[in-house]
Amino acid sequence: MEIKREGADRGKAGTDPDEFRIRQIRARDLLRGDREGHDLEKHVQESVLTTTLEKALDWARSNALWPATFGLACCAIEQISLVTSRYDSARFGAEVFRASPRQADMLILSGRVSIKMAPVVRRIYDQMLEPKWVIAMGACASSTGVFNNYALVAADKFMPVDVHVPGCPPRPEALIHGILKLQRMVQGHPDLGWRTRYGAEGTEELPHPNIALSPAET
Amino acid sequence: MPDPAGLELIAHELRERHPESIADTLYYRGIATLVVEPDHVLEVLSWLRDDPQQQYGFLASMHACDYLPHEPRFGLHYELLNMSRVERIHVKALLADPGEPELPEIDSCVSLFPGAGFQEREAFDMFGIVFRGHPDLRRILMPEEYEGWPQRRDFPLGGEPVLFTHNEHQMPRWYE
Repeated sequence: MEIKREGADRGKAGTDPDEFRIRQIRARDLLRGDREGHDLEKHVQESVLTTTLEKALDWARSNALWPATFGLACCAIEQISLVTSRYDSARFGAEVFRASPRQADMLILSGRVSIKMAPVVRRIYDQMLEPKWVIAMGACASSTGVFNNYALVAADKFMPVDVHVPGCPPRPEALIHGILKLQRMVQGHPDLGWRTRYGAEGTEELPHPNIALSPAET
Repeated sequence: MPDPAGLELIAHELRERHPESIADTLYYRGIATLVVEPDHVLEVLSWLRDDPQQQYGFLASMHACDYLPHEPRFGLHYELLNMSRVERIHVKALLADPGEPELPEIDSCVSLFPGAGFQEREAFDMFGIVFRGHPDLRRILMPEEYEGWPQRRDFPLGGEPVLFTHNEHQMPRWYE
């Protein structure tokens, strides 16, 4: 059977040759700079979808926030149930828990951070590649919560935290809410400048120059 | 669990073998306790473990306590268990605080009960009690460079100040 592709290729405007010719002339005028004012505005609104590369990039990033596989305490149980079929964080593109911080975009601090664990947490954060975000999940990671004593430290004392999710522990719905907040933050104009206060920019560890790379890597 | 009479018999036998080893006996809510002098704790523990009549062969728990207003201040608790009779006896040693920078000292019972190693390290970590003869006495839970003995009662609680409505005025401009 012969497939007629003529109509599909020419599109909607192509059905009427006269209209197509008119649009061609308009576009030529636009490129010459002959169009001005309201006429120009109308043409642009009708025929061009404007966006910036940054906006498109932010949109793509916000809908693929891959968390690092990292659980600290009891909140991690709620974090685990976040990816189960009942809560299904795949709806928001946050279901792929990466086993390596190199592949993760988001660090969920699910539980209490002890002063012994804090350097480890900070190193995992440093190993993540830019851009990266942090959710402090639960009261402990945000403010040490009920374990308010000599052994713990609040997460935003040593690393930049973007979203604090309250609760002890927060339900998975609350974490979903936090992820949605983070998505809006990423999609808007994320001002990452405050991270310099924590010295948290450009901290990725690169391969040591003395370590010879394999031929595949070079 | 030895009854009060059985506890007194054990204390009597120990006093015959090691005079001045037993300071007191306590029987409270079904728990028989031998209060021993800290210098004789190893003799008491080894007799309780090895005597054919006693056979308390398992150290179920070894932990420390701080009874700060009281003197002597630190208490070390050894919970011994006879596995065949399912009987428990409690051995308690009271240690005085020599004051900073000295630390209270007691003999390690790792030679008798190897499982006490980690528990003595925890008592050292949290209360600063030095166990003489311990093969590897370092901090076990807190970071190695940590200063102070956090479970002592005179150690500051630390942490973030918690804001309630009743102490809000004590922290002016806390929201900044």
